[in-house]
Amino acid sequence: MADVEQKQRKSVAFSEGSVIMDTNGQVTEAPPADQPADKEVDEVTDMFKGLAKKKKSKKSKDADADAEEAPAGDAEFDPSVLKKKKKSSKTKKLDTGDFEAKLAEAGVSEEAAEETAEEVIPEGDPEAGTGIWSHDATQTIPYSLLVSRFFSLIQSHHPDLLSSGSKSYKIPPPQCLREGNRRTVFANIADICKRMKRSDDHVMQFLFAELGTSGSVDGSRRLVIKGRFVQRQIESVLRSYIVEYVTCKTCRSPDTELNKGENRLYFITCNSCGSRRSVAAIKTGFRGQVGRRKRTG
Amino acid sequence: MSIENLKTFDPFADVEEDSGRSNAKTENYIHIRIQQRNGRKTLTTVQGLPAKYDQKKILKRMKGLYGLVETDCWTACNGNIVKDEEMGEVIQLQGDQRKDVHDFLTKRPPTKAEAETMTEKDKAKYGLGIKAATVKVHGF
Repeated sequence: MADVEQKQRKSVAFSEGSVIMDTNGQVTEAPPADQPADKEVDEVTDMFKGLAKKKKSKKSKDADADAEEAPAGDAEFDPSVLKKKKKSSKTKKLDTGDFEAKLAEAGVSEEAAEETAEEVIPEGDPEAGTGIWSHDATQTIPYSLLVSRFFSLIQSHHPDLLSSGSKSYKIPPPQCLREGNRRTVFANIADICKRMKRSDDHVMQFLFAELGTSGSVDGSRRLVIKGRFVQRQIESVLRSYIVEYVTCKTCRSPDTELNKGENRLYFITCNSCGSRRSVAAIKTGFRGQVGRRKRTG
Repeated sequence: MSIENLKTFDPFADVEEDSGRSNAKTENYIHIRIQQRNGRKTLTTVQGLPAKYDQKKILKRMKGLYGLVETDCWTACNGNIVKDEEMGEVIQLQGDQRKDVHDFLTKRPPTKAEAETMTEKDKAKYGLGIKAATVKVHGF
């Protein structure tokens, strides 16, 4: 039981982290989309074992009652109850945790979520009906197995959860156009700045300092940079900007704010972990004289 | 007299001194920058070299060094020293020498025995031994 508790907490925390990282839109859609596929799987497996089917259908019939009772039953868990019950309640809890975190305002009722979890997850796992995972096996399942099962499940059902759990942070690639012979137009700077939640001015200042050049903004908020640059170069500079001025050094979350604190220093405040750090002001440094001198001779 | 001595043990003074030292450390970054000139040509600037090094000697080594590191032939770039009111002495080099400058600054210096025995070509193996964390390479 202690194991189960531990795992629950772990997995819920994991899902919460991913929710923070991601924009909610796609993730919230994922569980209902998964449902039909799993039902198909259900039917296939049902054909092979009638017993399980009976049990299943019964469960789904009084799912409403189960949904309310299940947490209580989980709390006063007695070993005579089937392993499956334990598993299902665990996975269900996990799912509801997901839902509570994500769909608080989406209007999906908790009961529905619990119902789907109840009938879908135990049948859906690949090890179903063999060895330790068998329907009425009573031996305890080792923690490592449970963890691997959890990750294989989450990989097959919610692949986006896993991917967003890591530090993937996407901004659109910078669009670079050549204007004339010696100027480059950085077309989508406004979009990129909006994604990073930084002011255009700040990003521009950084770009100019790093590239050792100057430029201006044209009518449709595109940036015109003096000098020839290709997309790869701008991208690498943007990367260093993100590392320096966007991502939180503590939790690596890109959800941060840059604002001016006291003493003319800039501070980055992280929205997900609350840490606050100061960042260096952008300095242009020494600029060599290029181009024509003012007065010759 | 004794009272004044006590005053010097002010705990806050120590903290201020510490913060001041750390400030000085952050100021001591060596910046390697690049600028585009006309056409494909570029200019590399090295700013903030520690004062204990003789800029002229370093420049001479840098001028001779490039080309020897990667290839076999001597294709030295030219360079000069610019004195700036704010930034102090800055080394300017022709072309994109950022990687070579970085290598030169961070490679370990030769020991005494090595310095005696090394040939002209071996010089390329050794640098100034500056910590890589204090060298900042800018640009694309």
